[in-house]
Amino acid sequence: MGLEDSPRAMSLGDSLPRRELLSRFSRAAAAMALCGASGPPAQADPFPEIAKGEIWDLHGHLGGGRTPEESITRSLKYADRMGIRRVVVSMGMSFSYDPSPEEFRRQNDDVLRAVRQAPDRVFGFVYLNPKHVAESLKELDRCVRDGPMVGVKLWVAVHCNDRRLDPIVRRAAELKAPIFQHTYWRTGENLPGESTPADLADLARRHPNAALICGHTGNDWERGIRAIRATKNVSIDLSGCDPTAGMVEMAVRELGPERVIYGSDFPGRSFASQLAKVYSADLPDAPRRLILAENARRLLRPILAAKGIRI
Amino acid sequence: MIDVNVSLSRWPLRRLPCDETPRLVERLKRHGVTQAWAGSFDGLLHRDIGGVNARLADECRRHGEGRLVPFGSVNPMLPDWAEDLRRCHEQYCMPGIRLHPNYHGYALTHPAFLELLAGAEKRGLVVELVVRMDDIRVQHPLMRVADVDTKPLPELIARRRNLRLVLLNALATIRGAELKRIAAAGRVYFDISMQEAVAGVAELLRLVPAERILFGSHFPLFDLESAALKMRESELTVAEAQAIGHGNAERLLADRT
Repeated sequence: MGLEDSPRAMSLGDSLPRRELLSRFSRAAAAMALCGASGPPAQADPFPEIAKGEIWDLHGHLGGGRTPEESITRSLKYADRMGIRRVVVSMGMSFSYDPSPEEFRRQNDDVLRAVRQAPDRVFGFVYLNPKHVAESLKELDRCVRDGPMVGVKLWVAVHCNDRRLDPIVRRAAELKAPIFQHTYWRTGENLPGESTPADLADLARRHPNAALICGHTGNDWERGIRAIRATKNVSIDLSGCDPTAGMVEMAVRELGPERVIYGSDFPGRSFASQLAKVYSADLPDAPRRLILAENARRLLRPILAAKGIRI
Repeated sequence: MIDVNVSLSRWPLRRLPCDETPRLVERLKRHGVTQAWAGSFDGLLHRDIGGVNARLADECRRHGEGRLVPFGSVNPMLPDWAEDLRRCHEQYCMPGIRLHPNYHGYALTHPAFLELLAGAEKRGLVVELVVRMDDIRVQHPLMRVADVDTKPLPELIARRRNLRLVLLNALATIRGAELKRIAAAGRVYFDISMQEAVAGVAELLRLVPAERILFGSHFPLFDLESAALKMRESELTVAEAQAIGHGNAERLLADRT
């Protein structure tokens, strides 16, 4: 997928003085480079994993199309432009804060359709509501134990340190399914039932064998990183907050690169703004690759292996 | 590339990886930014705006390597703000100014603001108006600053036909029909720093003509790479990429009367 040619852009004036022509050419080359168009490279590609197409995105949703199939097809088109090989999606074509069992089953059916649309690209996480424990456990079995999904998504129905989560977390750990918990730390009040990273740290201490992901790092990432720093079974998701400079630098300093995972929260967020957090950090190649792909791969490897899925 | 949204000095709440000018300039060079319109974080809270603008002009001259174009701050709530405007234009030869109505505590209907716009228009200065600096959901509890209320803008823009207004960091706040209404009102431009969603720049083109969109990063508070990669994510024609990347900004400065 490349840049569309435009005759208008190529008609640089023949009668221009040479200096002006060269100046315009160099500016055009810079514009083309930003768009990913090919041309004479001025320097090494600052985004090598994008060029190689080896990035995993741990956090995405459906949207931007009329059906799950349309939505995921559109998102994958742009994922291709940004070098993203694998994506994780959760929740359906429409969200609800406190879904009934019927509603979360319907949303998970949407995700199953997206997974079937591109099974070599898309992983699904099952959306559950801990207010409905028995039904959530059944849904976990339907979608993960007996279906193609490989993780759990929890949103804002219940604070995640609530005891009602315990049987769900235990069952997910048995299935080797990581749990992605949305977290936020708003300046005012969180939404009812919306967890903070500190709530997730509580849960993590009760379940040291569970693999937990701190969604958005609370958005207030300076507090979020500190809150989960001591709970080693919690990784952070970089997605869904502004590309404020310094986030990845602090995360790597305080947590180590092994606990930092790229996610975008597409399609509401761009792949680009969230990738920028990683590329701006001036990391050596090895930790950057951990964040962009290897940590997600490592987190999912046990359940993928159990399902016989090779990556 | 021309980045119309860069700031020098210190963000009040956090050290930033590129908040020293030489490092900032190095990063601009790495990503092919040949010109950056630079305001100052000091302009948010400092009351000695004259000192802020003197330092900004000096910093751009000493460390900018020809890339940094200073855009001074003017706070029309301060006594004798017109002298700050005069110095920006006459003493420092700045091509424009940067305004922070929400940090300086005035609405876009305030008489002093209207007078400031008239003065900037008369002097042929580009006016950059910053709609927000950071995510209002997670601001420091002692520095909660609401977004600028932009509802008065269409009428205000329509009345000033020669004003060249750039709305920075506006696209998390102004969307859809409101965005179209403001864009249709006059010579108003938008930077892409806070445009989100997959293929966000291409989506923006459905609402705003390409000639009104500018490459702006909000660097160094935001990662410069964010704006750069957004240009890559969207499918843009070469003409669109050139216009957004530098052509529109060049014309904006060249059109000064």
